[in-house]
Parts: sequence; structure tokens; C-alpha cells
Amino acid sequence: MTEIILEVKGPIGLTVEAEAVCPHRLSGLAPGEIEAQLVWQGPAQLPLSDFFEVEVREGEGEVRIAIEGDASRIKRIGQGMRSGCIEIDGSCGMHLGEEMEGGSILVRGNAGSWAGMEMRGGLLEIEGDAGDHVGSAHRGSWRGMSGGEIRIGGSAKSQLGGGMIGGKISVARDVQNFCAIRQSGGLILVHGRAVRGVGAEMTGGVAAVLGGIERFSPGFVETGMEEDPVLGGEKRPGTFIRYCGDYAISKNPKGTLFVRG
Amino acid sequence: MSSLIIKNGCLFDPLNGIDGEVKDIFIRDGRVVTDLSGTQRRGAQVIDAAKKTVMPGGVDSHSHVAGAKVNAGRLMRPEDHIRTVRARTAITHGGSGYTIPSVYKQGYDYAGMGYTTVFEAAMPPLEARHTHEEMGATPVLDMGAYMVLGNNWFVMRYLKDGDIDRTAAYIAWMMRTHKAYGIKCVNPAGVENWGWAKNVNSLDEPNIHFDITPREVIRGLAEANELLGLPMSLHLHTNNLGHPGNWEITRESLKITAGLAPSSRAQVPWAETRLDSRRQQTVYLAHAQFCSFGGTSWRDFQSGAQGVIDYVNSAEHVVIDNGAVPFGPATAMTGDGPAIHDLYMLSGQKWSNTDVELECGSGVIPFVYAKSSPISSIQWAMGLELLLRIKDPWKTIMTTDHPNGGVFTEYPQVMTWLMSRKARDQTASECHKWAYDRSSLGEVDREMDLFEMAVLTRANPARTIGISFRKGHLGAGADGDVTIYDIDPSTLDPAHHQNLASALARPYCTIKDGAVIARRGEVLAVPEGRRFYCQPFSDQEEEKEMLSDLKEWFKYYTVGFANYPVPDKYLKRPAPIAVNRPLEALARRR
Repeated sequence: MTEIILEVKGPIGLTVEAEAVCPHRLSGLAPGEIEAQLVWQGPAQLPLSDFFEVEVREGEGEVRIAIEGDASRIKRIGQGMRSGCIEIDGSCGMHLGEEMEGGSILVRGNAGSWAGMEMRGGLLEIEGDAGDHVGSAHRGSWRGMSGGEIRIGGSAKSQLGGGMIGGKISVARDVQNFCAIRQSGGLILVHGRAVRGVGAEMTGGVAAVLGGIERFSPGFVETGMEEDPVLGGEKRPGTFIRYCGDYAISKNPKGTLFVRG
Repeated sequence: MSSLIIKNGCLFDPLNGIDGEVKDIFIRDGRVVTDLSGTQRRGAQVIDAAKKTVMPGGVDSHSHVAGAKVNAGRLMRPEDHIRTVRARTAITHGGSGYTIPSVYKQGYDYAGMGYTTVFEAAMPPLEARHTHEEMGATPVLDMGAYMVLGNNWFVMRYLKDGDIDRTAAYIAWMMRTHKAYGIKCVNPAGVENWGWAKNVNSLDEPNIHFDITPREVIRGLAEANELLGLPMSLHLHTNNLGHPGNWEITRESLKITAGLAPSSRAQVPWAETRLDSRRQQTVYLAHAQFCSFGGTSWRDFQSGAQGVIDYVNSAEHVVIDNGAVPFGPATAMTGDGPAIHDLYMLSGQKWSNTDVELECGSGVIPFVYAKSSPISSIQWAMGLELLLRIKDPWKTIMTTDHPNGGVFTEYPQVMTWLMSRKARDQTASECHKWAYDRSSLGEVDREMDLFEMAVLTRANPARTIGISFRKGHLGAGADGDVTIYDIDPSTLDPAHHQNLASALARPYCTIKDGAVIARRGEVLAVPEGRRFYCQPFSDQEEEKEMLSDLKEWFKYYTVGFANYPVPDKYLKRPAPIAVNRPLEALARRR
């Protein structure tokens, strides 16, 4: 495995748009070429070496990118990623793993909004908290994440899995508003609590909030109780109420919402 | 004083009867001339076009590129902009958007594709300022806009009284006031009913309150159009658009203007042409594909183009543009509010609708024409069927009704389908089998040649809308707008259709007013485009009476009368066309 170690040089002013930081784009490049990759900062295109110390450990096979230091003002890491892996030691900025198709990303800190937007495959793991619109559709579109998996170790903010059509998202703690909005497929599993609007305009797929919902969406109808249902390949102990919705958007919706009774 | 010589190109100039002859073109100070003097030749820029195809600059007579509904589409569809970006250069702005590009990108994309003249086909009078603002911000292109009048309260009132003179006076005043080029009629009498959540479904069904039928509106507007002597004929968007089985009402609508004499009396100098460059038609049918649906429902849906094709083949007063469907994303936008609602009921997409006060309506909805969809596949076939089976190319114009059927950047693909049976067969094998099963396209062997392409994309759009006095050909006095394609007519093989499509998409160069403005898609110069509009003259007494009535009814508008007109300062490079009589005479009479 070829390892590319990118160490953040210091505090970053304007946020940096670093699509270049992606295994298939850096694969096969010499250290000097990697340093010369251009990234946008505001209106200027600057070389990667302005922001990172680059170290390359040559090896066989897939590329692993390790990012060290505070990358929270660096956006679009792993955008369109197809293979290999990225490990981020600290936190990272917005649009992490946007439209990724394969490979894996691990963030030990927090990730900004839009992580895994319209993701199609691969694994995106965030050990800390995530921002808004994780695994969702781009603004204006109704087709969000369609494949792969997102795991969040902390909490996520609003519109998690908006327009989701496939794949899986799990959140270990809480979400805020409009989780699973316009979901039509896939699975969203929230282990903690949700504030409101869960499943609004949902037409398919499964969303489960194990910790309870503060304000329930009005367009859902109770369809039964389930003991210890299997959700996301695992048995979830307890009594769950199953709902169908959202009747506010469709006469015959296929969305399923589980809430612990 | 600049001169340009395009040497040795294979010229296709239908209005001058030139079919691929090797000919030099001389342009002096932006206009085509027959020859240059020795001194002028020495100072001239020379472009060698040997083994290349030379045509007049492209003319798009039906596109939606400026105004409130286009901008509503842009605002409604951020997802349309994220992946289609045109980077700025030293002389061009950046831009984005696929089906509804930003104004800058539109201008650059058209220019890069060899088009120099584009007409916005639906301008509600109340949105005329907005439309002119956007046309003013569009680089390069010479433009104009057709004013929507088919559901206008004044037009409907005057026509109900049978008063063509009063109608003509109103239209003349409106065209001068809003700097409009022609008359568009959208779902006549029906959009007014849409204000009451209704529509009209036949030509003889009177609408609510105004009690006027679509037939009366079409006939009245066409008569007023000829009375005023406008350069273009009525541009008609028929009733029941997008409904299975609507081909019949389309044919009946086209019959309405039969017998009217085309009378174009623009007071302009006409560039020389071998053929008569004045329009022959009294009705110009918009997006015929959407008006030629067969069947009775979506289940038994089929092409109904046969009925329209037969009629157009037998009639001399009709020109159509096809509104091709090249597959892929589109944004439906039309003055036909109920048609957009129908699409919403089918697709469940986000949508918008607007009632434009006393004038018309409008709606916008995103749409995707998928190859897997049987309906989209038939629509693809119909768009081509109409152009290939109407025998006389001078009755047809190629459009996609951008962005309704597809995006204007797909024109090269549509041209390729028209020119290559193999390209059609290949697409038919990729899309739903209903494309060939439920249309006659599979039986058509015709492959259009470059001459016919020049008719469909240059000469005929220009002649149909009456801009042929300076556009759409390269006779002496015409604008020096030229497209040079990297296509050698002597070795052109339509079977190699991928090469053909890419050669058409990125011409060797685009020349406007005698200057190279784009090369292989890259924009090299950004001149300010002209704004064409008509200043028709009508009877002054009639106009005075009409105006007092107009002011009386203006209380129903939300704008003040003084704020209604488009101010002169909105037009940076105005090109008014006096119609019927010079406007000076009108001023003196006052």
C-alpha cells in the first residue's frame, strides 16, 4: 500500500476546496507532483504544498491518504472517491466524501455539513459529530445517497439522509430536524433522539429512531407493534411502534418509521 | 474599416440557391459584399476554409433564454447548475447551468456552437422589462422576443367585438411600448380559464367571462398580424398541448389561417437573395412534436404526427418548428399554465405557476426524458418524424423548444439524427421499443444533407420570422455572420455519426459581423448583441380611442401606466424595424 501523509501546516484562513485530496487523483504521482496539485482558496488556485507537508511512502496496491492536524477548514476531501482509503486524524470541513463511489474514509474528529452528499458506494465513518445534510441530495435535487454506508459515532444535525434512495446511515447519538426528509429507499438508524419532522415527505425506505421523537410528523399512521425488530442486520431489543407515511405527500406511501414504544 | 475573406469553403446558402459550391465570401464592415477592392483585399483577414463546410450563422427562431419564467427555472433548480460549469476566461464571465444556463453561459454556448441570432419565444408584456434586462446581459447574440397575446384581456375584448382594427392598434402600441418582435399565441382562450382552474378543450368552446373561442383568437390575431404587416407570422402554441390525441385540434388550428394572404411590410433594406426571402406562411406552429400526440391516453399513446404531416404537406401557409426531444434532463417552461399542471400531476415534481394579471399565465417544471420511458421514446421519434416526413424543408425548422424538449446544446445531436439513418437506428436500439413501434420513424430512409440542414437551421428560421432581410443567408448586404464547420462535404459519411455530431457541436469558427468570435467552442470576442423589435404603425384615431380604453382598464393592473413601458435605456444596441410606414409619420400626426 502506498501511503501519502499530508500534515496540515498551520491555521488556514479562507476555507480550501481540496478535491485533489483523493486516492485516485494522487495515485502514481511523485511527491513533487502531489505538492503541485492545485486547490482553490477563495478566488485563487494554490498548490497543495501551501497547506500541507507532503510525505509519500511508496508501496504496492491501493493508496491510503493520512491527514494529520486540523483539517476543519479544508473542504471536499475525498470528493468523488472511487477506491483506497483516507484517514483524517482530527476534524474536517464540509463536503467530505461527496459523491463517493467506493473506498473508505475515517474521520476521528468531527465532519462538516454535506458529508457523503449523493454518495453511491463505499464506507464513510465519522467518529465525532457531523453537520447538516449528511448523505442528502444537493439543494434542489430529490435524489440523495444511493448506496454505501455512513456511520456517525456522535450526533448529526438537520436533514440527515434527505432524499435518500439507498444505502445505510447510522447515528450513535442524536439528530436534529427533518431527518429522513423525502427518503424513498435505504435505511436510517438513529440510536438517540430526534427533534422534529422525521420522515417528512417520505415515500419509501426505513427510518428508525430508537431514542424517541420530540415532535412527531403529522402525516404518519400507526400500522402495528413489533418486538425486537431486526434493523440494519441487528436485533433491536424492545417494543417498537411501526408507522407508515408520509400521507402528506402521497396517497399510498411506502415509508416505514420505527419508534421505540 | 475591416475586411474579411473566407476562401475556398464549400458554401451552403439555400436562400441564394448555393448547394456546396466552392466559393469565396467577402465581408466588409460587418456586411457581406460581392467583392473587395485591391487595397481592401491587401488589408483583409483571410480564413482558409478549404475542405470545410461554410454556412450562414445559425438562427434560432424558438428558444426560451430570457425573462421571468427562465429565471424562475434557474432559481428553482440549483441542482441543474452544480455539475455544468463554464469557467471564466480573460474575456468571458463564468457561468453555470445545463437546462437553464445563466445568461452569460447561454450566449457563449450558442456562439461556440455557430449560432449568432436567437429569439426568445414568449415574453409576457408585464415581464418585458425583465426579458430585456436578460437579453441585455446575454453576450454576443442578436436577439428579439415574441410577445404573448393569446389570452390578453384587451385582445379578447376587442376580438369578441369583432374589431380587428382596434386589436391591431392595441398590438401596434404594445409592440412599440414593450419592444417586441412578433406575436406569440399560447393556448388561446385556455390560459384565461386556468385562472378559474379550468381550460378549454376544443376550438369552439368559449372561455369564461370573455366568451371567446380559441378559433376566434387565432383568426383575429393572425388577421391583425397581416393587417399590421409584421415581419413574422403568428407563432402558435395550440390548445390541448401535451394531451394524447391532440394532433386533430392542431390540424384544425392550422386550417384557421388558410386563405389569409401573408403581408410582411417591414420598412427595411433587403439584402440580395436569389430566392424570395419574404415569408410565405400565415401561421408558424411552435414545437409541433408536443402538438402531434396520438392515442387517447398514456396507455395507447402513439405518434399522431401523420395527421399533422399530411396537412402541412398539402398546405402552403404553414411552417413548423419541431421541438425535438433529444433525451436527458429538460425544464418545461411555457405560458400554458394548465399544461404544466398536467405535467406535475404526471411526475409529482416541484413546479411553479404564475398568473400574469390581465395578460397571460406561465409555469415551470423540471422534467427528464428517459430512454427507458416509452412516452419519451415516442416523443423522440416524433420530433424527427415531423422534420423528415414533411417533404418541403422550407416548411420546417429544427428546434428543441429549449429547454422544453431538450437543451439547445443538443442541436448537433438532433442534426445528426436527421442526417444519419444509422444514428437513428442506434438510438432506437438504446431506447424503449415504442419509439419505432408507435411512430413511422423506423420506415423513414431519408437522410438530410448539409443543404437541407442549412435550410432548417439558418435560411428557414430567418425567412419564417422575417429577419431574412439581413440574417440566414450570405447575399450582398447580409450580416457577416458565418459558421465554418470542420466537415468536408466530399468525404462526409453520415454513418460515422459520432464524428459528425462533434464537428457540428464545435465548429472550426463562428464569425459575427465579420469578426471571428469563437473557435472550436472557445469564445474569442464578446461583441454586444443587437435587439430587434418592431415598430408597427396603425391608424392614429383608432390608437387614441384604444389608449383611452386601455387607461381606463389599467386600474386592474398592479403597476402604474407610466411604469409599464420598457424604457429606451434598456436596449444597449437597439435595431428597431419600422413596419407599415416609418414611425416619423406617426410622430408628425400626433
